[in-house]
Amino acid sequence: MSLEVIKSGMADTFQDAGRFGHQHVGINPNGAMDLIAMNVANALAGNDFHEPVLELCFPASTLLCKKPSLIALSGANFTGEINGTPIPINKTIAVPAGSELNFKKTAQGVFGYLAVHGGFSLTFWLGSFSTNMKANAGGWKGRFLKKGDTIDFKKTVNNFNEIRVLPWRANVSEFYSNPEIIRIIRGNELAWLDESSKKKLAEGSFIITPLRDRMGYRLKGESLTRNNNRELISTAATFGTVQLLPDGQLIILMADHQTTGGYPRVGQVIGADRSKLVQCAIGSEIKFYHVTIQEGEDLLISQHKTLRQIQLTCADRLGEFLKSVHEY
Amino acid sequence: MKALDPVLRSVSENALTISFGDSIDPETNKRVFQLYNRLLKNRHTSWRDVIPAYSTVTIVYDVLTIRQTHTAAFQCVRDQVEKIISETQPEENISNRHVRVPVCYDESFAWDGERVAKEKKISIRELAAIHASKLYHVFMIGFLPGFPYMGSVDARIGMPRIATPRTLVPTGSVGIAGEQTGIYPLDSPGGWNIIGKTPLKIFDLCASSPVLIQPGDQVRFIPITKEQFESFDASTFKFVVNES
Repeated sequence: MSLEVIKSGMADTFQDAGRFGHQHVGINPNGAMDLIAMNVANALAGNDFHEPVLELCFPASTLLCKKPSLIALSGANFTGEINGTPIPINKTIAVPAGSELNFKKTAQGVFGYLAVHGGFSLTFWLGSFSTNMKANAGGWKGRFLKKGDTIDFKKTVNNFNEIRVLPWRANVSEFYSNPEIIRIIRGNELAWLDESSKKKLAEGSFIITPLRDRMGYRLKGESLTRNNNRELISTAATFGTVQLLPDGQLIILMADHQTTGGYPRVGQVIGADRSKLVQCAIGSEIKFYHVTIQEGEDLLISQHKTLRQIQLTCADRLGEFLKSVHEY
Repeated sequence: MKALDPVLRSVSENALTISFGDSIDPETNKRVFQLYNRLLKNRHTSWRDVIPAYSTVTIVYDVLTIRQTHTAAFQCVRDQVEKIISETQPEENISNRHVRVPVCYDESFAWDGERVAKEKKISIRELAAIHASKLYHVFMIGFLPGFPYMGSVDARIGMPRIATPRTLVPTGSVGIAGEQTGIYPLDSPGGWNIIGKTPLKIFDLCASSPVLIQPGDQVRFIPITKEQFESFDASTFKFVVNES
């Protein structure tokens, strides 16, 4: 018994890099909304990239660490405090047993990630620890965390005397720069838009509306119109697909998207820009910028290299720290 | 409309779709499943998902893995798929499973039975008989884990979705939407016309393969009484009747 929820949050779930290989039977991948933040939190906590993390939404759960651990927060900044002391994101924090972690307000971002050294003990379902809310499977009992839930840490560390924010920091700025520019690949039904709507899509601004969750973000912009009224036959959909709804507005599919969809696809947000899109606050304005598939691939690879670098650096520093405090 | 030659398109930087046109018909879907079976037999380890739908197959792949050995992941997967397509014979037979699904058409389960029957000017008994008279093809699975889109229903019982979807349709409900028939694997909001219910667990969380009905299956509905529904024992029920 290591982490106890002492106050329920709104929609906190465990997630990893996603559940693949079952979309042909309608089981969607799920997984962290902001995969970069998940990986940064894991790197800071000394874990592998695929280790499941707790994805937090504001208002987030209040958590009691009953055992000592090394923890890290990344992604959204919910102004975390441990026993009343403010703690930063993107840093490794040594936490003594009995520490209470709570979150005051959203300073920036939408989804926050909590990783603990060695990871959490969770339910494995079909190749992943991610929570599937439709099937009520995976993660922690296939549902949002609630008061009284107690999740074990997989690894035990010796106790710390006090809360210690370790002196290094993961620099994540390159992943979230220019949040107003979201790069997309041309969608298969882009040609279904009339000329003025194509121009609006390429040049106009779109606002993130409150109608957003892990399934999709609805945008508000100038209404887009089509040059035909053909019906699209349902086909596989993916994270980041920009669909045109019958009312002329756009929705971007997110991690909990259905496996198939039938709305025209005018664009596809590239993997490298999903994290910054996911973290856009309600009311933020975004613009779409077209890139090629090759550019999309290259950006993803370059992002991964930076993440690897962060992971290696964190592993070195953490290794030194653990040696110095004779934890092992 | 006839099935067209396959067209390959990227849908994301980690997904490629092979399209056989834009119509819902058995001929097009047969081509989809010929290729789908071929792709599964020749599956590359970097492919994370292979997803058949009415007229398309989509491959979701792992860009990072492929880029370790190739300069362009999309090109690489496209080459892999083109090679498989070139080796697939259009007349190749696909061996579909034939499966049976018991359905109770009792009015206590058939929430929309009376309305559909009235609108189609048939009796509720005829509605059930017509629905159970055909062998249905599973075009794809989508919407919910394990929700089969099957077709096509007889024109005498085809009905558009209900205008205002229900907030809760119970697990096992059998419905009609347009020319399609489907089964709710889980309690869910839904807009299909509900005409019966199966006692068969078509989604079982604890099973090693939780989804019972697979894309490409041929499904026959077996009418059962309410008494049979209540005393249904899945362990003695023969679900797969032929596996070729």
